[in-house]
Amino acid sequence: MNRIALKMLMGDRGKYFGIVMGLTFASLIMTQQPAIFVGLMTRTFSFISDVGLPDIWVMDAKVQFVDDIKPLQDTELYRVRGISGVEWAMPLYKGLLKARLTDGTFQTCNVVGLDDTTLIGGPPLMLAGRLEDLRRSDSIIVDIDGIKEKLTKPSGTAKGKSIQLKIGDSLELNDHRAIIVGIAKVTRTFQSQPVVYTTYSRAKSYAPKERKLLSFVLVKAKSGQNLTELAKRIRDSTGLAAYTSDEFKELTYQYFIKNTGIPINFGISVLLGFIVGAAIAGQTFYNFTLENLRQFGVLKAMGTSNWTLLRMILLQAILVGTIGYGLGVGLTALFGYSMRNTILAFRFPWQLLIFSGAGVSVICVFAALLSIVKVIRLEPAIVFKG
Amino acid sequence: MNASTIAVHCENLVKVYATGDQKVTALNGINLDIALGELMMLVGPSGCGKTTLISVIAGILDQDEGTCELFGHNLLTMRSSEKLKFRAQNIGFVFQAFNLLPALNAAENVSVPLIINGVKRQEAERKAVTLLEQVGLGARTKSLPSELSGGQQQRVAIARALVHNPRLIVCDEPTSALDHESGRKVMTLLKEVALHKDRTLVIVTHDARIFEFADRIAKMDDGHIINVSASTQLN
Repeated sequence: MNRIALKMLMGDRGKYFGIVMGLTFASLIMTQQPAIFVGLMTRTFSFISDVGLPDIWVMDAKVQFVDDIKPLQDTELYRVRGISGVEWAMPLYKGLLKARLTDGTFQTCNVVGLDDTTLIGGPPLMLAGRLEDLRRSDSIIVDIDGIKEKLTKPSGTAKGKSIQLKIGDSLELNDHRAIIVGIAKVTRTFQSQPVVYTTYSRAKSYAPKERKLLSFVLVKAKSGQNLTELAKRIRDSTGLAAYTSDEFKELTYQYFIKNTGIPINFGISVLLGFIVGAAIAGQTFYNFTLENLRQFGVLKAMGTSNWTLLRMILLQAILVGTIGYGLGVGLTALFGYSMRNTILAFRFPWQLLIFSGAGVSVICVFAALLSIVKVIRLEPAIVFKG
Repeated sequence: MNASTIAVHCENLVKVYATGDQKVTALNGINLDIALGELMMLVGPSGCGKTTLISVIAGILDQDEGTCELFGHNLLTMRSSEKLKFRAQNIGFVFQAFNLLPALNAAENVSVPLIINGVKRQEAERKAVTLLEQVGLGARTKSLPSELSGGQQQRVAIARALVHNPRLIVCDEPTSALDHESGRKVMTLLKEVALHKDRTLVIVTHDARIFEFADRIAKMDDGHIINVSASTQLN
């Protein structure tokens, strides 16, 4: 009977494709929009991910997220270094500074100052130049997206394309000359500002004069240390906040979830997609059953049990659900792949596959249930009605 | 008729359809016996209860009162699963609108009753092809219903009704969708291929042109059987 069920389903190609397309659309919406949401939310803590080496981030106790900089006194660095279980502790400056471009315009940049000696906290991937070149005077490393999009030079002609900065070109950071010695690839940040790396001491000279300029203390735990316990020891000893990398990411993520409209906006879009997809797919599948009601009636009259008919409908629902889900997820993956080098935030973790799979399953089960109820209630005597 | 030769025994059958406050009595005390090997036609005006009667006889509709026995079995007292099995094994259907599954070819359509009875697909289709050859459609076994004429579709439907060798075949207006010539061919086929001493045919029809094929004709009106006669006596 399974073969008959499948032949019934695919017999009318137009309707079959209609159901599959409805489910594809639902699946696409349920993966593509959340993938953009996840991508966007991942960007909120991308800086923490990029600074991969330290185990624990130490900061002012009132810091709410990674860009909420509340500077510390440099002496805090030495206090942290003195805590047992700390392998090393390094300073990190992070702040927004205005860069003056060659055409006189200004661009706000995310300036990161790395420990002068170890350069810990540097970019995850160098595309041109070397990280060690930061030891040269006035040197900075700029991220490739910033170079391509926001830190360009005018071409000099009216309609000419703007020119990308290259190694050797210079910027002005708060009236200080800064020479590009390297180009790095970093994960885009939430604000998508250019990221400029320099040394900690040079970053302090670029930054407006303040009594405190230390943004974070990056801590590496000694081998075998329990990170949660070490973070607690740092908190207890210094009165500062200390988070493991994952905790700091979670803190940042939760801040954006609670204090921005992003989740609700994306939630509405995903919900609408689910409802529209469910309506299209569910109604098409239900209509398909209604149109085949006489055929189910014939099978019932000839002695097919309700259980067998139920299995047939479930098989049909599972098949269209699986194909629709596969196509939808495939289209989402294709979308993500084609947008991989653009500003669009896109991240497609395996949890989204489960989420959308569950969504499509709900649609299919719902549509199948409606159909099953109709078929089970069907009087086989319908077959004698002309 | 003695009990061993009776295929269908109906006694005081009553069936009432209720829609809202309205009640329509479709069968109003039907008494009818149909013998094994007999071709019985049920005739009468629209709404007289013919279709309701064959639905009850075929076990796809339960009567409200009275008894209907099929080969000595009272379907009303059977459990649902037993009734399904009984129907699958003992009854073949031929419908006015053919009711072939449009996505299945002729052989697949004919094999459906066998598959319902648990026969393997290859074996079922082999038997289906044999039967299609018997009804003159050996060359069209792979054709979809949409590729067949009305007469050919009805022949496929007859093959489907016969393939599992049922003891009762119920036909609802089997010729009304066909022209005169095709109708006669279908009836000849039913009489020659379907009917034998261990099988009974009950045919509901309006088509006076085919009355001559019946052994007996039960004339119905307003939920009653008003007359049962040999076909030669009706006209």
